[in-house]
Amino acid sequence: MFENVGEMVVLFWRALLAMPLAWRQRQKVFDQFFEIGNASLLMVSILSFFIGGVIALQTAPVLVEHGLAGTVGGVVGIAICRELAPVMMSILIAGRIGSAMAAEIGSMRVYQEIDALRTMNINPIHCLVMPRLLAIVIALPLLVVFSILVGWFGGALVCMVNHRIEISFPSFLSTFQEVVELKDVLNGVFKSFIFANVVGVVSCHQGLITRGGPRGIGRSVTKAVVNSIVLIVILDYLLTRLLMT
Amino acid sequence: MNSPATNHRGVRLDVRGLRKSFGNQEVLKGLDFEVNPGEIFIIMGPSGSGKTVLLKHLIGLEQPDAGQILIEGRPIDSPEIMDRYRMAMVFQSGALLNSLSVGENVGLYLSEHRLNPPGEIARIVTEKLEVVGLKDAENKMPSDLSGGMVKRVAIARALVMDPQLILYDEPTSELDPLSAVTVAQEIVRLQQRTHLTSLIVTHDRDLAFGVANRIAVINEGRILAIGAPEEVRRDPNTLVQAFLQASFRRLD
Repeated sequence: MFENVGEMVVLFWRALLAMPLAWRQRQKVFDQFFEIGNASLLMVSILSFFIGGVIALQTAPVLVEHGLAGTVGGVVGIAICRELAPVMMSILIAGRIGSAMAAEIGSMRVYQEIDALRTMNINPIHCLVMPRLLAIVIALPLLVVFSILVGWFGGALVCMVNHRIEISFPSFLSTFQEVVELKDVLNGVFKSFIFANVVGVVSCHQGLITRGGPRGIGRSVTKAVVNSIVLIVILDYLLTRLLMT
Repeated sequence: MNSPATNHRGVRLDVRGLRKSFGNQEVLKGLDFEVNPGEIFIIMGPSGSGKTVLLKHLIGLEQPDAGQILIEGRPIDSPEIMDRYRMAMVFQSGALLNSLSVGENVGLYLSEHRLNPPGEIARIVTEKLEVVGLKDAENKMPSDLSGGMVKRVAIARALVMDPQLILYDEPTSELDPLSAVTVAQEIVRLQQRTHLTSLIVTHDRDLAFGVANRIAVINEGRILAIGAPEEVRRDPNTLVQAFLQASFRRLD
C-alpha cells in the first residue's frame, strides 16, 4: 500500500492543478455527484439511524445506572458527530463509490480506453480523476451532515422508547444542547473532507495502475477499498489527536 | 493500390535506430525505416515481434530507450510538430469509451478540446460516420455494435482529429472475412480521399498485399525486409519467406 504513496501524492497534486477546469467538466462532476448521492442516500439513512440507536443502547443504560442520565444526549451527540458519522460514512463511500471508481477507471485502463484518450491529447486526470475527486469531496461532507442528523434522531428515539433508558426527548435535547457545539459538527465535516480526498485519490490511482485484464480489475477494486479503509482509520486517529489540541 | 498517392497532405515519418527494452527483454533492436507522405505502409510480422510496441512509440504512449522518430525531419515530440501535425490511432480493440454513445465517442476530441460549438460537432460527427458507412449510428452504444462497426467507429473517431498520419493496430483482426474486406476498403477509400499517411500493423496477408504501397516485415524487433509488395514477396530472406508461406498456408 505505502509503496505508491508518492504516486498518489503526485496524482492528488495534478488533480488539484486541474481544478480550474472544473467548470468546463461540470457535467461530469454533476453526474458523479448524483451517482454518489443517489447510490448512497438510502444506505446512509439506514446506517446512521442504527448507529445512533446502537450507541445510545450501549452507553445510556450504563450512564443511567450510575446516575448520569443527564449526560446521555451529550455523549450520543458528540460520539456521532465527531467520530461515528465521518468514519462510518467514509468507509461506506469507500466501499460503494471508491470500488466503482477503481473498477470503472481500471476497466478503461485495461481495455485501452485511457490510451485512446491520450492519443487524442485528452488528459485522463482532467476528464476522469478531477471530476470524481471534486464530486466526492463535495458529496461526502454533505452526506456526513445528513448522517449526523439522522444519527442523532436515531439515538434520541432509542433513548425515548427503550425501557432500560427512558429519557424523554426534552431531557435528551437539553443535555445535548449543553454539550454539542457547532465546532463538533465542523470537526466531523472536516474529517470527512480529508477522508473524501483519500478515498478519491486511492481509488482513482488504483484504477489508473490496473494491469492484467478482469482479474487485475478485481485486484484493483479490492486494493482501493482496503487501502482507503486502512488510511481512513489511521488518519482518523491523527486528525482526532490534531483537533484535540 | 501499389503506387503512392500524389497530391498528398500526409507527412513523412522517419524512424531511426529505435530501441526499447522491457526489463531484460529487448523488444525493438534498432529499427530504421521511413514512411513517405501519403503512402500506406504496412508492418507485418509474427506475434511478439514488436509491432504494437512500435506503434505505441509512434503515438507517444511509450518512450524509446534510444533512437529517434521524426516527422518531416523534426522530433515527433517537439512543440512545433505537436502544434502543426496531428496523429491518430485506431486501436486493435477499437478502444471506444463504453460509457459514451457512438456520436459522443466520435466527437470526443472536438468536445473535450472545445474546438467547435455543439451543433458544429454534431454535423462533423454525422459527416465522419457517413464516411465510414455508419450513417444514423450516433445514438447507438458501443455494446450494440459488431466488431467491424466498432473498428469503423474508431476510424471515424480518428478522422475527426483531421490527422496527417493515421496508425492502425491490427485493423482486421477478430473480424469475419466480409467485415475485414469492408474495413480494408474503408482504409483505401480514406487514403484516396484524404491522401494522409497511413501506417498499418497487421498479420493479415490479404490486407497487407491488397492495400500497401510498401511493406516491412519485422521479426524479434528487427526489420527483415522492406519494399514494395512484389519486392517483399520475392525477398530471399528465409525468415521472410517462412512467414509469408505460413500466412499463405494458413489461408489455404
